[in-house]
Amino acid sequence: MANTQDLAQLIAAHAGEEGALLPILHDVQHAFGCVDGEAEAAIAQALNLSRAEVHGVVSFYHDFTSSNDPRPHIELCRAEACKARGVEALVDAAQAAAGERVQLKTVYCLGLCSVGPAARVGDALHARLDEAALVALVEQA
Amino acid sequence: MNQIVRISDDALSIACGADAVVEAFEAAGCAVERVSSWGMHWLEPLVEIDGIGYGPATPADVPAMLDGTSAKSIGKISEHPFIARQQRLTFARAGKTRPLSVEDYAATGGWVGLNRARSLEPAQVIAEVLQSGLRGRGGAGFPAGIKWKTVAEAAGARKYIVCNADEGDSGTFADRMLMEGDPFQLIEGMAIAAYAVGAQQGYVYVRSEYPHAIAKLNAAIELAAGIIAPFRIEVRVGAGAYVCGEETSLLNSLEGKRGEVRAKPPLPALQGLFGCPTVVNNVLTLAAVPHILTEGGVSLYDSLGVDRSKGTMPIQLAGNIKHGGLYEIAFGITLNELIYDIGGGSASGRPVKAVQVGGPLGAYIPPQQFDLRFAYEDYAQADALIGHAGIVVFDESADMGNMARFAMEFCAAESCGKCTPCRIGSTRGVELIDRIREGGRGIDAVELLPQMHNARKTQRSTEEDIALLEDLCETMKFGSLCALGGFTPYPVLSALRHWPEDFRR
Repeated sequence: MANTQDLAQLIAAHAGEEGALLPILHDVQHAFGCVDGEAEAAIAQALNLSRAEVHGVVSFYHDFTSSNDPRPHIELCRAEACKARGVEALVDAAQAAAGERVQLKTVYCLGLCSVGPAARVGDALHARLDEAALVALVEQA
Repeated sequence: MNQIVRISDDALSIACGADAVVEAFEAAGCAVERVSSWGMHWLEPLVEIDGIGYGPATPADVPAMLDGTSAKSIGKISEHPFIARQQRLTFARAGKTRPLSVEDYAATGGWVGLNRARSLEPAQVIAEVLQSGLRGRGGAGFPAGIKWKTVAEAAGARKYIVCNADEGDSGTFADRMLMEGDPFQLIEGMAIAAYAVGAQQGYVYVRSEYPHAIAKLNAAIELAAGIIAPFRIEVRVGAGAYVCGEETSLLNSLEGKRGEVRAKPPLPALQGLFGCPTVVNNVLTLAAVPHILTEGGVSLYDSLGVDRSKGTMPIQLAGNIKHGGLYEIAFGITLNELIYDIGGGSASGRPVKAVQVGGPLGAYIPPQQFDLRFAYEDYAQADALIGHAGIVVFDESADMGNMARFAMEFCAAESCGKCTPCRIGSTRGVELIDRIREGGRGIDAVELLPQMHNARKTQRSTEEDIALLEDLCETMKFGSLCALGGFTPYPVLSALRHWPEDFRR
């Protein structure tokens, strides 16, 4: 995956920062779509940590993935407030529309609890979804 | 046309289509001012022209709104009952100012608290916060002044202010609205805390699900850097772990570690971030401070509320409610008032079956208890918690057995894994609830083997399974290291107590 030089630059940008590991992992995940073994090794080396420590952190957080999934993805909130507004009734239709082409992920809360069901595509937020709107969102992804 | 049109740039308004309405106004030749949200979410995108509100607006409504004939008019926004009945202190600027305008902030009383604080001795600042009765708004309700005092008196060359903005509870959005709508107020609150305890560096730990809030905060910190100097603030982004809203787990995450909970003691106030004395406060706690530090702020704050629950609470009305949004009011209000008088009942029009107060770890409260006063002690007595003051309304279609199962499932998904009751108990809890709802399970072949001396040879009855679930909840409640495992039993047991029929098929 990673262009080694880009990776080194991303890491170097955080040199001297307190608790730099998470900011570095965010940058790497953002740039390469994942934090794989190669990246873990390079980060461990730079921060004077063991690879196991870095892997432990990567595997702890939902935001970091070990392999890149290039499919478009939609994050659908299925926490209590969106459940109360009927998100569960939309899931099957959304899953059917997504098929194998789109990754439909579950998140717990996007902070739009008074206007759910809500979904996030990249940084774009969508609220007051009904079945038609959610399916359209999936199809356009 | 030179009317000024004001439309919120809050993430929620944008999610509801505010940007398209803005474009339509601009195409019609109007200047549009992007302000914070009033918090009337059922009306978003809400358009304000000369004080008159229109909502929920679509681009097609633009001509009618401009000539004042739109049927979506709600009259003067400031006189709308939802706004007029509130006591807004923390959200005093909501809907009125541009979030990133230093001029707007200064013109509406900004930095007054910080300047006054700096004219006092640090110990006096702490004394005022103590006297105001301000308690942590994140959920635990610990007196903010005592925490500050501990940090101020702790020995240490380095001290930190950490703002917990990992607002992961479903049904809560007040932190997000404040960070997006009035970021300078949070910055001012952190600067006052830093002055009071002698901290040099502050961190705001924001969840990654809030990209708009992160962008606003970063911009605001840059604009305010000169005002709060020598104190510095940096935004750190979470990585999708709910448990990092727990303060010790948050500190581990800030240090670049797995977000595992730490055992207490040592308290973070003495050994917090990188082992240094650290104030960890929620967004709303810190944002309440600038007002308290203004002249007369303490006595006003102390005069509001009931018993030991002082001041105002930004309550968030969410879920299946007709008029959802942000409602800041003094402690003491009842759920009946919040849900029916203010919230207008359920959005679906069907009877309300339950409300969950305080996020995924809060108890489900049945309608017969809706006269409960909104205060820390009253809720604790009723085996409930106010948490971060999110209220999620469910109508009669809700299956409470399923919600209890979800509470366990959520705990299993988000457990940090450090302590056994939470890590294993939550998974066993899901299995047990499934078994109860399916009417029990038979004895399998292995259990019947003669070698299995300790295995039960008869099927457990539903009553026995329920007793087992209660026992498990007891273990989680008293045996878990933090609130995730410790409070997951609240929604489970309250659902079991009030809606036992939902556990039987």
